[in-house]
Formats: sequence, structure tokens, C-alpha cells
Amino acid sequence: MVAGTLAMSGPLLAVRGVTRAFGGVEALAGVSFDVAAGERVALIGPNGAGKTTCFNVLGGQLAPDRGDVQLAGQSLLGLAADAIARRRVGRTFQVAATFASMTVRENVEVALRGVGRDAGLARATLERAAAADLADRHAGTLAYGDAKRVEFALALAVDPVLLLMDEPTAGMLPRDRRALMDAVRMATAAGIAVLFTEHDMDVVFGYADRIIVLDRGRVLADAAPDAVRADPRVQAVYLGEDAA
Amino acid sequence: MTLAALAAQLVNGLASASALFLLAAGLTLIFGVTRIVNFAHGSLYMVGAYGAWALVDRFGPASFWAAVAAATLLGAVLGALAERGVLRRLYDAPEMLQLTATFAFVLITRDALLWLFGAEDRLGPRVPGLAGTLTLGPLTLPQYDAVLVVAGPLVLVALTLLVRRTRFGLYVRAAAENRVVAGALGIDEARLFTLVFALGAGLAALAGALQLPREPANLAMDLPAVADAFVVTVVGGLGSIPGAFVAALLIAEVKALCIGLGTQTIGGVPIAFPQLTLVAEFAVMAVVLTLRPQGLFGRVATALPTTTLPEQRALVARGGRATLLAAAAIALVGIAGPLLADEYVRVLATDILVATLFAASLQWLLGTGGLTSFGHAAYFGVGAYAAALAARHGWPFAAALAWGPLAALVWAALCGWFAVRSHGVYLAMLTLAFAQITWAAAFQWDAVTGGSNGLFGLWPPAWLADRTRYFLFTAVVVGGAWSGLRAITRGRFGYAVRATRDSPLRAAASGIPVRHTQWRAFVIAGGFAGLAGALYTFAKGSIGPDALAIPRSVDAIVMVLLGGLASWFGPLAGAGVFTWLQDTLARTFDYWRAALGALILAIVLLFPGGIGGAWQWLRARSR
Repeated sequence: MVAGTLAMSGPLLAVRGVTRAFGGVEALAGVSFDVAAGERVALIGPNGAGKTTCFNVLGGQLAPDRGDVQLAGQSLLGLAADAIARRRVGRTFQVAATFASMTVRENVEVALRGVGRDAGLARATLERAAAADLADRHAGTLAYGDAKRVEFALALAVDPVLLLMDEPTAGMLPRDRRALMDAVRMATAAGIAVLFTEHDMDVVFGYADRIIVLDRGRVLADAAPDAVRADPRVQAVYLGEDAA
Repeated sequence: MTLAALAAQLVNGLASASALFLLAAGLTLIFGVTRIVNFAHGSLYMVGAYGAWALVDRFGPASFWAAVAAATLLGAVLGALAERGVLRRLYDAPEMLQLTATFAFVLITRDALLWLFGAEDRLGPRVPGLAGTLTLGPLTLPQYDAVLVVAGPLVLVALTLLVRRTRFGLYVRAAAENRVVAGALGIDEARLFTLVFALGAGLAALAGALQLPREPANLAMDLPAVADAFVVTVVGGLGSIPGAFVAALLIAEVKALCIGLGTQTIGGVPIAFPQLTLVAEFAVMAVVLTLRPQGLFGRVATALPTTTLPEQRALVARGGRATLLAAAAIALVGIAGPLLADEYVRVLATDILVATLFAASLQWLLGTGGLTSFGHAAYFGVGAYAAALAARHGWPFAAALAWGPLAALVWAALCGWFAVRSHGVYLAMLTLAFAQITWAAAFQWDAVTGGSNGLFGLWPPAWLADRTRYFLFTAVVVGGAWSGLRAITRGRFGYAVRATRDSPLRAAASGIPVRHTQWRAFVIAGGFAGLAGALYTFAKGSIGPDALAIPRSVDAIVMVLLGGLASWFGPLAGAGVFTWLQDTLARTFDYWRAALGALILAIVLLFPGGIGGAWQWLRARSR
């Protein structure tokens, strides 16, 4: 278990030389980057760049061929997804995954108990995710944007030090999108680190402190939004012949 | 033993491997394209055997090969009819409904053959020109076995060519890869599925017809055949034809090796290997599935979230005062009614209570856990036998009754450990295979279980010997256990189990160990089923292998479906209606199995929500 306060000097998340091949094609070819506590980092790149593979390695769904992933100095490799959740890594998925047969409050209660926390924190957790209005709704009957908000609450239920969010705003209305990302911003203000992938460049440039660009399994750029925007190699990847 | 004898056994194993492969090939082909696991595959095998027998009986042994061809065609036609008439409507239904519907065909086929051919075994012909033996160096083997040794690889090559080289095969591969895209490419899916079903069914009938000279056609050959086919396809990888071949070879040769080894003394302990063939099959399956859960040649299936019906909420909804009153009224009528009626009703009511607990344990597994078990009777039976054996060894009644569920729990822990590594149809087939092995152990282990006769004279102690008292005792135990199970369902653990059912992905991301949670759910279900089994033993005074045979597992599924997967009173409603119906039908009608099959089809096609679902629907309408 990670201590409640992270009294340490290194980065919160350290990804070191992660390589993963699928049938000879390297989806990740020696990817390294850091994420610090309280930082919002966007992971972007064209389709097939390795974003999903990277997320699956971090989330414990996939083992890398080489390399290491460390959270607060401890390796996450070899841990199953549930053990990673208990190390306080929260996760949202590209297609929102909730417990369809339960109410939203029950969803959060189950998630709280899953990591050994008090179910009485459900209300506060929903409020942090700006989803308290949904508490008594059935998760199976929610509109897509609402389901995304509930999923964010479920990710917060593990009392995360790090949030991994795969396309957090995909399929949402602009207004809901802003509400969710503002809630994410509040979470990082409280010291939680957020690593997210996103297709919407307004969200990426509007909310990320730093942007990591992946291309064909390699880190092409890792810098502040302005520097990434000005980087000609990034422009080539997104606008050049590769974009076709 | 000599090397020559061992070699003879291995060649013998090749013949068995061919038979197994022929049996499994059609099943895996049908699954690969339609995603339906055909429970009636063994029945088509049986139809093939009887069909060939009838033709040879009519036209003489010289017509054997023509009879084999005709039986194959008959199987293909029946398969196409079943697909067109029923299964077509179920392609988008949950797999449990599909499997249950195909089991209805098992019941109907068995009674149809009983009606046509009677109950006695039908001995096959000696095949003209192949009745002798063949000598290969030091080996002698029946000539007909040599034909079988060749038949398996021949069919493998033919099927491979068909799938790889023909337009039909191209369509089959396209549909197996992606049904939606195949449809978009203009492939006539409906026709393709019918053809694939006909082909698969024809292969099953061919396997049965070819088996006739080695094994008489009989009415008990369907379920062992389908269980064997399940083991082979699961080990080989569902949908893979080469996988089925390799798995058939592996299993048949391991069994042959066991027989060939005879009794060997290892470390001073004599071990009779021929009696271990069942264990060997179990071991092969366990090893393969532990190392490769998707089977030897199978592809990794992604764990999709189990789709849940909104009405499944009813399973956990905190009952209001109305629910409490309803439960009290049911309990009152359920106990007072039989007490006022005659003894026959009290015996039937005892049976219903036992069945209710059994059904409730399965409802927990299927409904709450989303784990499709097709072999739940194994744990009922282990509980029943364990209690019986304990009573035999002079244990006091209370201890024997407690030992039943405990033993069932242990067996469920072992089987469940492998079963929860898979999901969906894989889980259903695995649980069925485990149940078949458990049944075979009870059936064959004469010295301990009394074999096919079972164990007798197991009555409760004097203070409970009276039927009325035992009925009341059962009511108290079942009532308590059922309430306990409902408390688990509505408690923390129940929520965690539902979380793994609703979304395994989200459950894991919330810190819930999915497999471990499902395993515990499986063990709990086994324990409660075992308690029902122990109560059953003392209600009947005897226990036989029928109590844990496959049909009993399916009875429980029908009860749960009949009562409604999501309804809290479903197990009682389902067990009550089913047990009463079976009792009435079996007393008045020789072909009650076929009637039961028709009932199953009616439920699956017309009322998939069961009695509970119909009740909720009526209530919603009256508002």
C-alpha cells in the first residue's frame, strides 16, 4: 500500500523502456516518461500509435515484453488489475464500464468496498465527481454522458494517487465534457495525477499541463502544450502523409 | 507388460481418437460459425447409430456402407430442421437459453427413439469383409478398427479442404471471423447457418453410424457422447477443427496408455491404471485449461461484460412489507396445505422443498453470479452420497447431514477452481464435463457407491422417521438455508459477485479480484446444492447415480428458468411447478421426457422471463 502522503522525491509514475510486440509488430518500442503528483498529462498520437497498449500495460491488463512501470518507486509489473486498483490507481475506460444492475450509489459503494474503504463515503465521492444528482438512478439506464460521470466517480472511489483515463470525453455533449474535465481539474488540484488519452484537441490543449505524443510505439515529443503545438515533427505526424 | 501389447493399446487409441474426433468435429464446426453449443449433438450421434441399425436390419449386413451414408443424411436433415424451426430464433439469446433449448431436443430425441425402437440395445452388424483381424508385425487389431484409424484423418483432410478451398468454406471462415461483416458482404447468413448445422449434424450421425459395429445402439449413448465431445472441443479450442483432432488424439492416447499400463506398483503402492481413465481425462483437461484457458488451438476470447436484464434487480431489491407478507403467506400455505392433505402430498411437498433449495443455489450461480453451470447436479449428488456414506459408517444423523454440504463444498472448490478460469459457453461445457466425470465415478466405483444400484436403507433417525415430521424438518432447514442464501445475495459479497457479473473489467478496476470472487460464489452454490442433496438422501432412503446425472442438472436449470432468473420466489415457483408436473406426467404418460422437452421449448421461445417475469409483467400492466 502506498502511504497516504507521498513523501518522496522521484516522479509518482515512472514508465521505463516499455516494449510490447504483437506478432512481430512493436506496438510499444521502448517508451519512457514520468508523471508527477498533481499533474495532468495527455497521451496523444494517431491511430495505432500505441496509446491503448500503453494504457493496458499501466492498468495490468497486459504484460510488457521489456521495461518497467513504477508507482511511487514500486514496480507495478506482474500485478493484476485489482491489485493495481488497491495501489490507488483509478481507471476509466474508452467505453464507460459501470455495474448496470445497480443504482449509481450502489455502484460507488461496491467500488469503495472493493479497495476496503467505507461505503459511507459514497455521497462525498459522487460530489467530487460532480455526479451527486445521479445517485438514485439505475446505472443501466443512464445516458452515455452520465455514465461517463459515474465512471469517473468509480475511479475516484479507489482514493487514487493516479488516474488513468482512456478517452474521458468521447461521445459526450460539449457541456458535459466541460463539467467532467472541470471535475478532473479539481481532482488534480488535490494532488491526484491524471494521465489521459483524448482525440478532442480542444480538451487536450485546454486541460493538459503536458503532452506526450506517441508515434508508432515511440515517444515523439514530451513537452508543454505550446511547445508540442509548435513542434514540426508532431505536425508532420498529424497532418503529413501519415495522417492519410 | 510387453512393448507389443503397449503398441497394440496405442493403435487401439488411434481408433478411439478417430471416433472422438468425428464426434467433436461437427460440434466445433457449428459453434465456430453460429456460436451455438449444440447439446443435442450426442442425440444426433445416437440417431446415426439407430438409423444405421434399422437399415442394416432391413436390408442385411451387405448394405452397411449404404446405411451409414443414409444415416448421415438423416442426421443432416434433422439438424437443418432443428436450425430452421427453433434455433434460428435464438441466435441473439443468452447462451443459457440456447443450451437449454438444445437440451429439449435431447429429451425429445430419446423418447422418439424409445417409441420407435423400444428400450433394448440394438446390436450392430459385423461389417462384410472387415469382420476379421489385421496383423501388422507383432500387432493384431480388428480390421474394422483399422478403417476407423483411417476415417478420422480422412474426415480431417476433407473438412480442411472444404473450409480452405471452396466458396462455402470461404463463407464459413468469413462468418466465423465476423458475422456483421459477412452479412455486409452479401453472404446469405440464414442459408449458411442452415447448411453448417446440417453438415455438423451429419458428422455426428456419421460418427454414431460408424460406431455401430463396435458398440450397440442404445438409449443411454447420447449424454456420454456429448460430454466427450465437449471435453474434446474445449481442450482443442472451441471452433478449431485441427484442435479437435489433436485433442481427440491426446485424450484417446492417454486413456489407452492407462489401460495398457495395467496395474503397476509405484513406490510399493499398487495402482490400477485402467480404473484411472476418467481421472486421466479430467487431468488432461485440467492441465490444458490451466496452461491455455482458450484450449490448444483456440483464440483468446475477450471477457465481455455479461449483459444484464433490468429485471435482474428484483433479485436484490429490498423487499417491502408486501414482500414480507407474501413470503409469510407462501410459507403458511406451503406448510399448512400439505399437513392437511394426505401423506402423498407431504412426500411430494418434501421433494419440492429439496428441489427449491437446489434451484435457489443454481439461481445464485446463474442469476446473481452470471456463471452458466450445466453440471450443478454434481454438487447435489456429492452432498447426497457424502451424507449417505457417513450414515453408512454409523455417523449420527446431524453429522451425516452436515457432512453432505461440506463434501460438496470441497468438490465445488476443486471443480470451480478450473471452471471460473473460463466464462460463457466454455464454463457451461466445463461444468458439464466435471458433472459427467462425477457421475461416472459414482456409477463405476462399485465398492464405495454401490455402482448403478446406489446405496439403500438410509432413513432418518426414529424421531424424524414419520413423513410428516421429516417434511416439517425439511421445511425448517430449507427455509433457513434459503434465507441465508438470500442474505448473502443482498449483502456485501452478493454485491461484489454482481459487480463481477455486470462488468468484470470495472470490478477489477475497483479492486475486486474477479476470478477469486466468482470461485467463492461457485463454492457457496456447491455447498447449498450439497445440503439439498443430503436432505434428498434421507427423504428417499436411498441414493443412486441418477441423482447427479446430467438430466438432473438440466432439471434445475428448467426450474430456475420456469420460476424466473430474477424473481426472489422463482426457485419455489419453478421447483413447485416442475416437480408437480414431472410427478403427474411420469405417472400417467410413458413419454413424459418428450413432453418436458416441449415444455422447455415453450418456456425458452415464449416466456424467457419465467413465472416471475410473467408476474412482474402482469403487475406492471395492471398499474
